Formats: sequence, C-alpha cells, structure tokens
Amino acid sequence: MARIGVFVCHCGENIARTVNCAKVAEEAAKMPGVVYALDYKYMCSDPGQEIILKAIKEHRLTSVVVAACSPHMHEKTFRGTASRGGLNPYMCEQANIREHCSWVHESIPEGTDKAIDIVRTLVAKVMRDQPLDVIKVPVTKRCMVIGGGIAGIQAALDVAAAGYEVVLVERQASIGGHMSQLSETFPTLDCSQCILTPRMVEVAQHPKIKLYTFSEVEAVSGYVGNFKVKIRRKARYVKEEVCIRCGLCTQKCPAKKIPNEFNCGLDNRTAIHVPFPQAVPNIPRIDRENCTWFQKGKCGVCKKICPVNAVDYEMEDKIVEEDIGAIVVATGYELYDIAGNDPNGLYSGYGEYGKGKYADVIDGLQFERLASASGPTGGEIRRPSDGKEPKTIAFLACIGSRDNQKGISFCSNICCMYLAKHAMLYEHKVHGGKGYIFYMDIRSGGKSYDEFVRRAVEEDHVCYVRGRVSKVYKRGDKIVLRGTDTLLGRPIELEADMVVLATAVTPSPGVEKLAQMLGIPYDKYKFLSEAHPKLRPVETVTAGIYLAGCCQGPKDIPLTVAQASGAASKVLALLSRSELEREPTVAKVDETTCVACWCCYEVCPYNAIEKKEIRDRKGNLIKMVANVNRGLCQGCGLCAATCRSGSIDLAGFNDEQLMAEIEALAQVR
Amino acid sequence: MEILALNPPGSEKDIEAINARLETLDPDAAKSVETCYQCGKCTAGCPAADQMEFPPNQIIRLVQIGQVNVALKSVGIWRCVSCETCSTRCPQKVNIAGVMNTLRLMARERGIQPADREADMFHQAFLQNVRMFGRLFEPMLVGIYNMRSMHLFHDADKGPLLLSKGKLPLFPTSSDSARVRRLFKKALESK
Repeated sequence: MARIGVFVCHCGENIARTVNCAKVAEEAAKMPGVVYALDYKYMCSDPGQEIILKAIKEHRLTSVVVAACSPHMHEKTFRGTASRGGLNPYMCEQANIREHCSWVHESIPEGTDKAIDIVRTLVAKVMRDQPLDVIKVPVTKRCMVIGGGIAGIQAALDVAAAGYEVVLVERQASIGGHMSQLSETFPTLDCSQCILTPRMVEVAQHPKIKLYTFSEVEAVSGYVGNFKVKIRRKARYVKEEVCIRCGLCTQKCPAKKIPNEFNCGLDNRTAIHVPFPQAVPNIPRIDRENCTWFQKGKCGVCKKICPVNAVDYEMEDKIVEEDIGAIVVATGYELYDIAGNDPNGLYSGYGEYGKGKYADVIDGLQFERLASASGPTGGEIRRPSDGKEPKTIAFLACIGSRDNQKGISFCSNICCMYLAKHAMLYEHKVHGGKGYIFYMDIRSGGKSYDEFVRRAVEEDHVCYVRGRVSKVYKRGDKIVLRGTDTLLGRPIELEADMVVLATAVTPSPGVEKLAQMLGIPYDKYKFLSEAHPKLRPVETVTAGIYLAGCCQGPKDIPLTVAQASGAASKVLALLSRSELEREPTVAKVDETTCVACWCCYEVCPYNAIEKKEIRDRKGNLIKMVANVNRGLCQGCGLCAATCRSGSIDLAGFNDEQLMAEIEALAQVR
Repeated sequence: MEILALNPPGSEKDIEAINARLETLDPDAAKSVETCYQCGKCTAGCPAADQMEFPPNQIIRLVQIGQVNVALKSVGIWRCVSCETCSTRCPQKVNIAGVMNTLRLMARERGIQPADREADMFHQAFLQNVRMFGRLFEPMLVGIYNMRSMHLFHDADKGPLLLSKGKLPLFPTSSDSARVRRLFKKALESK
C-alpha cells in the first residue's frame, strides 16, 4: 500500500501570495494514500530538503509529491532528495502550483482550489508510479568530423589534442575549404594560406587523425556514443600509398583546358590534377568527366609517365565502415549563384547585374583569387576580359542577401568586412585606383572590425556609397552602374572597369541529405539548426551530433574557429565518459499485441523505432514487431499516442497513470 | 533630377584643396572630409537646415563624391550662419563650418553667382561694416542691407524695442579700427 508524503512549497511569496498553502497541505492529507502533508517556505532550500528526508524516514513514505515550481526548475533537485532518502528517484513527482497556478491567478480562493486539484492529480499518478532505473549506454571513444574546412580542421585538432581518435571526412580532394582560397583575412590582413596550411599539415600528420579526402558519408545509423558510419571513398585513380608526388603526370596531361575550380574558373587546369599547390594530401586525382582516357579510351599519358606506377584506371569507389561516438558537422558554405537558379527553386538569380554576361563582373571568391599571391595573376589585380589593370572597381554588397525578392531574407554576415578588405587590398595594389562600395548598412560588429572599415575609408580612400545599384550595362569597355546615393537623395552613375558582387552565403549543396541521414533539423535555407540559439549553440537536438561553422549560418573565420572549439569541447565532455546515463522514461512495445502497422515507425522523430523479427526455434519468421532503441528514444510519446493497438507505453507516463490523473481532475469537489 | 557622376574628372583636386584648407583652419579637426560617416548630427543641430536644399551633411556628401560644383551652386553654403554648432558636435571631428566657409570662398574665386543673392548681400554688408568701424555697428548694417535688398522696412518694427533695451546703439562705439583694417588688408593680400 502506498504511503505518500505531500510537501507544499510557498516559494517565498511566489506561491503563497495567491495560494493558501496550509489549506492545500490540510486537504492533501485527506487524499487517499497520503499519510503525511506539510507546507514550508522554501522546499528547495537545505532545511526544506531535510524536512522531506526526515519525513521519508519517520513516516516510512513510499512516494513523494512536491507541490512547488515547474519540474523544469527543480525535478532533479527533489528526485535527488528522494534518492538520498532511500526511494527510487522516479517515485517522486512534482506538482506545478507556481507557473500553472499562482502566477496565473489573482485571488486566493481560486488559486487554492486549483492548487488542490493539481496536487490531487499528482497524488493519483504517484500512487501508480513504478521504480525505474536509468539506462546506461557505452561510448565509443572516437569522433567523426564531416567537412575539412577551417571549422572541421579546428574541431579535429582540438579533439585529437585531447588524445581521442578523429575521423575527418572531406568531400573534396584536399582539406582546407574556402579559407584556402582567400588572399588576406580581415581585420589584420594576415595571409590566409600562411595561417591555414600549417594546420592542414598538422591534420595530415597527426597520429590520432584518420583523414578521408575525396570521400562522402554514405549512411549513419546508431545513436549517441554508438554511431555506425559508412563512408564512400571515391576513386581518385591514383594510388595514395604509392604516389611520390613528383607532379610529372599533371605536367604532361594533354587535357589542359578545363576550368580550374580552385581559382573559380579564372584559369585552367589539367584532367589529372592537384587542386592547389599546398593541397593536403598533395596527391593528384583524375577528373573522369574531362579525361581523354575515360571519355575516348585513348591517351594514357599519365599512366605511362608515372615513375612508380601509381595511376590505376581500374580503381573503384570503396566503402569503409567506422564506429563513432560523436559527430561534428562542419560542411561549410557555397556562394549563391547570381546568374543561375537554385535547383530547388529556393532562390532566383539576378538579371540586372550582368554576371555571366560580362566577364568583368565577378564574385567575392573570384576577387580573392585575383588578389591572392597563389592565384592566376600572381596577386596582381587584372580584369578577366582583357587582363588590363582596372582603374575603378565597384564593389556591390548584399547581392542576394537581404533581398526577399530573390528569396533570401538573411544577412550574410561576412560581406561588409570582406568588401572593405577587398577595396583596401585593391587600393594597396593599384596606385591611383579608386574603389567604390555600394552598401545598405555597414555591419562591422566584431572586435576591431569597425576600425578596419574606417581605415579603408579614411586612410585608403575607399568611397562608400549608400544605396543599391539598380542596373549594370556596358559603355565601350567600361561598365556603367546606375544607382542612388540615399544620403543625398540623388540618382548617381559610375563608370567602372570591373564589378565585384558580394553574393550571399548559402549552405553547401546536398547538406539536407546529410541532415536527414543524421536526423538533425534545418531551416528553410537549409542551414542546420542548433538546439538553442543562445544556450546550446553548437549542439543539435540529436544527442551526440554537434555543429561548427557556416553549416549553421554565415560566419567569419574567428567565429567559425570559436564555434569549432566549442563543438570540440562538447565532444570531449561526451567521449571522456565511460558510459552515458539516459532518462528511463522511454517507450516500450508490448510484442504480444503489436501488429507491425509501423505507424510508430513513421511518426518517430528520432529514428528510435526499429523493425524486429521474431523467429521460432527453427529460425522461421513468426512475426515482425516494433522495437524501441532505448539509446535513441527521447520519450516524446508520439508513438504511444499513435499506436492503434495500444501496444506502446511510455515508462513513467503510462496509460494507467495518465487516466488516473484525468479521473482525479474530474472528481466533483 | 540630375544624375550625378561619382568623382567626375578633376574632382580630386577640389577635394584636396578643401582638405588642405581644413588643415590650416584647425589642425586638431579631422584631416579629410572622408572622415565623415554621415550620421547626420550636423544637420540635426543646424538652425538654418530647413532653409537649405542640401543641408550640411549633404553638402559634405557632395564633396565626398567629388560633386563640389553642385555644392558651390547650392543656396545651403550661403545660408550657413557660421554658428559652428555642427563642428562642435561632430563625433568624427569634421570641421563642417570650415567646409562651408571654404566652399563660399571657392564659389567667389570661380565667379559663381551666389545661389542666395540676399544672403550674399548680408555677408558683404557685414564685412564692410566691420572693416569700417572695427566692430559691428548694427543700425548701419540693417540700413545698408535693407536698402540693397530692397526690403526697406524689413524688421523695422523691432527697432523701438531694441532701442529701449539698449541693443541698438545710435553711434558706433570706438574700437581700434586701424588694426582691423590692417587685418583685412593682410588677409586680402595673402589671397
């Protein structure tokens, strides 16, 4: 027979102002099963908890109801108290008479009546509580980082530095990401490659980091601490372990007219190529679509010339499997394609800015390549059409960003700063050149950022013009921009030699497929969603999966690195534990009544429902049933509510308990 | 509305000339009009802004984009009363009143007719007055300005009150007018 203790908290004045707590305790004492009831000023305080402990002992209580604030606030506290008193912590329930009662009512009689009702429901529930044990799951002490840009590199190095193994998966043939394409970085103007390449090399040489480049995550199963990941290692057609990186193949390859992706199409590369000289790993790969051997069956120059016979035309994609405990997603960004249209119809392109029509209208990344010492012009600013040095460049901010007409309402965060940097670099490199920046607002909130922008204006004489450009057209070999100076309220016109568009930052293509594989949500632009915008910025709602960098939203390098280190610290907190404890309030399937309709399988947001076979002794299949993976289940109860045959119950919230609560509420006072 | 070009040919020299004069006027102020970040505080505090088609911040903006010629033809530079509220309050330490002053000089040098003739008459009458007496003699300033501008009895009704309060002297008070005249001479010679 249950012996229930009810403890009513005043929460100072918070509850006592509108609830007569003594009356609530008095009424509670009369409820069936209650052997002891008491009110006290602060139940969560040390003396308050002592009262509960003492009562458990003296009155041999089997279960406890604490009528106080929300369980969000103090369920852990009071369950801890019950546990110290020798009770199973799940035999303690909290009745919320603050948020649900005293804070929303004004008069004492009203508040008191409702508080009594709330206590009655919880007494009815606690009477049917069963002791529950926490679920313990083991942890595989390895981390996978998806994406080898600066975010992925930072996260991988941080986790590896703590001594845990890291598997770094990169889709491209080299790690480094977009940061390796940048010339200088704001606000200090230090060379991007100079600060990045040592880190890339460190990743490659780190004994704890396993690097899979030119590879993609194919499938992910399992749950926090126990993921199983399949990785597709795409064929490079060059044996990584044999190649001595002599570079002969890339020199001799006759297919030389292929647009170079690393230089954003500003120059050409060969079919067998290394993405860029500082690539890690520095191993060539054959671009099948453009290779004469693969397309026409002739040539084979690279195979003939290779001194170590590393070229292998027969190579095939390989699938490798890895056991992983935690995952960091760092898939980065791509620039919005102004001329084209988003394949999913999310964004639409611009007709008015001439990108794709005029060779001298380029985007921000192309300008980075022009300004980079390792770029196609060796760092000299030359316009793509005729190689002349541009005497005037117009930089246009917010192309795509903050343009609802084009389907993007967000600010891309980095453009204000990189345009200031571009214009500054241009003024440094071209004497007598004049840079104009057409902007709507200058967003320079970072440390030393606004000073950087003012330096561009005051020391390097960059001319800022507030207002969007409306159209761009040719006049001779000049590009004419028609815009407005909203500070003057006058239309203006500028003849420029070159135009740089700061196009919007959008998530990497295909990231939604990965997100679906991992079971993590994303927003309408396909940026991955963090668990809480302020307090859990690197976690996802799926335990064991973390975010770093631009996959979560547009970010500059300092923010990306900070977030990557944040994600790494979360990974380390997880990997440093030998086993994980999880709430036992999870779903359970009654296999005798389950009819395998899979409604639960369809509704489960956490992929926690598995299809289980039941076989007889001879191995014949008797039936299929749903089975709950206790590691993945978050106890949301969707399956229990959906189950047609009533075969699923949620521990701690089973049908009997909930019906008892409703009956208690429905009692006539 | 006229479409303005950004920094038309030759505009750089104009900007340089203005910056150079700002430096001589007040070495502590901002070195260049580019320093202005267009917050608009000058216009917000200007007592004459409602009388200008280009208020102070837009005059500065015109100089920033090299459209000095448009600024020189504006009435704003003539209606500026040189109270210097703008310069005093500017968060970027731009000497806006100094720019206005410089633009008036440039207009005069280039023979550009002042866009507000009456404001110019007042300026002229004022200077003539100071040159003559070494300091301001109000009745004569009013008389000359009203005659030249053909507003003969403009503000005449305020005369008695000003007289009764002793704000309108009947005779010029003596001052070291010879020294002031020397100053005028020196200033004109240096031009």
